[in-house]
Amino acid sequence: MFTLYGYFDSIMEGTWVTLNLALSSLGVAVLLGILGALGKLSNSRPLRSITLAYTTIIRGIPDLVLMLLIFYGGQMLVNNLAFALGYEEYVDINPFIAGVGTIGFIFGAYMAETFRGAIMAVSKGQLEAGASFGMTRLQVFIRILVPQMIRYALPSFGNNWLVMIKATAIVSVIGLDDMVRKAGIAAGATRKPFTFYLFVAFNYLIFTTVSTYILAWAERRYSIGERRA
Amino acid sequence: MDFSIISENLHYYFDGLLITVQLTGISLLLGLIFAIPLAVLRTSRNFILTMPIRFFVYVFRGTPLIVQMFIIYYGLGQFDFVKFGFGVFQEGFNPDNIGNQTFLWKYFFSEAYFCALFAFTLNTCAYTIEIIRGAIESTPFGEVEAAKSVGMSRTMMLRRIILPSSLRRAFPAYGNEVIFMLHGSALASVITLMDITGAAGIINARYYAPYEAYITAGVFYLCITFTIVWLFKKIEKRIYAHLAPYVDKTQKTAAVN
Repeated sequence: MFTLYGYFDSIMEGTWVTLNLALSSLGVAVLLGILGALGKLSNSRPLRSITLAYTTIIRGIPDLVLMLLIFYGGQMLVNNLAFALGYEEYVDINPFIAGVGTIGFIFGAYMAETFRGAIMAVSKGQLEAGASFGMTRLQVFIRILVPQMIRYALPSFGNNWLVMIKATAIVSVIGLDDMVRKAGIAAGATRKPFTFYLFVAFNYLIFTTVSTYILAWAERRYSIGERRA
Repeated sequence: MDFSIISENLHYYFDGLLITVQLTGISLLLGLIFAIPLAVLRTSRNFILTMPIRFFVYVFRGTPLIVQMFIIYYGLGQFDFVKFGFGVFQEGFNPDNIGNQTFLWKYFFSEAYFCALFAFTLNTCAYTIEIIRGAIESTPFGEVEAAKSVGMSRTMMLRRIILPSSLRRAFPAYGNEVIFMLHGSALASVITLMDITGAAGIINARYYAPYEAYITAGVFYLCITFTIVWLFKKIEKRIYAHLAPYVDKTQKTAAVN
């Protein structure tokens, strides 16, 4: 029976946390990425400066440092705010929320670059045609821009996603019960670190392999309209 | 925020900077040295030859660096033969005798520094193989054809035509890998090494000043990142000099074509 010294279920719980964390962070990252890309391409100078600072600074600092900064610093900030508002008990941030926020915030910067490139690749005439039909800017965005930019965004989006799944392993350092941390606990109790970390590595390998196949399928599907030599 | 804490303890960061630069630099160098021949082998048509390299690249690119590091640092100690040699399989072996430790264990795998370096080297090697392989496979066929037509042997073609041409093409992607590795080296602080992130950890623990500690670390990393980007731009300009638009120095305008 494959029970991993009785820790199989515990690590599977951690795997579930990792998966949830990765998918939720992806949602945050895509949202921030689209906002960042629109900011970078906007006509307003302050917006452009803010988004430029966001993407440059975030991409220039290691994930781990940002995570520690946001985790410890955010904890302090929330408590100081709560104290200023007259709330006297200690506020503990949920590590899952902190993890999602942090990873989403970091990869939002990478996504912003991806989406910016994709938006620029859609020809301007398409957007003008939309406007000439009397569509509002939001309609042009949703009906014309998004369906066409997906094709250009997908390869780089896929890379970001693969890097992001692997980055979720770092949240174990700030105390979120993902599979790496669960494996660490199990390893400490049984003195079998190799076995547990290898199992976790294998799980990550499954995640990345499945993702690669899904992404390849999506890329094929979204480039149906493209003529190939 | 009180940055006087930082100015009093700045030496921690500079000591950390040294460790970060060492870890990143040595692992990149070793990784590159191994990656070039492996990438050449990877492009061979012999399946038995390419299989192990494919597998290595697949595993190291598909799993997180931190897990690879944990497997090496925490994991290897699980096996007695790593610690004490193959004598453990013989009868009457006494592991309590410290003198029995193997050379590899005593000086390398029980040291966090070496384990981090080892994990980083394997990781960057895998990514670099993939970068160089892509560049080799995108060598314009005309170049290979020309080399063949003047009667070059396979090795001479590799040395004179394929490698110089593809390493030049791989250069921008390798720049990204260098930055990726610099950022990855921050993970060394998790296994107790005192790199820049480790230094920030000390300051945060001692003064409970997360903003000051980690923002300073961030600034250090930003400076290194910008330096690398600047350096790579400069080198790129040099190695792509033959592709730059022709400038007629007497007229000071770029000539068309």
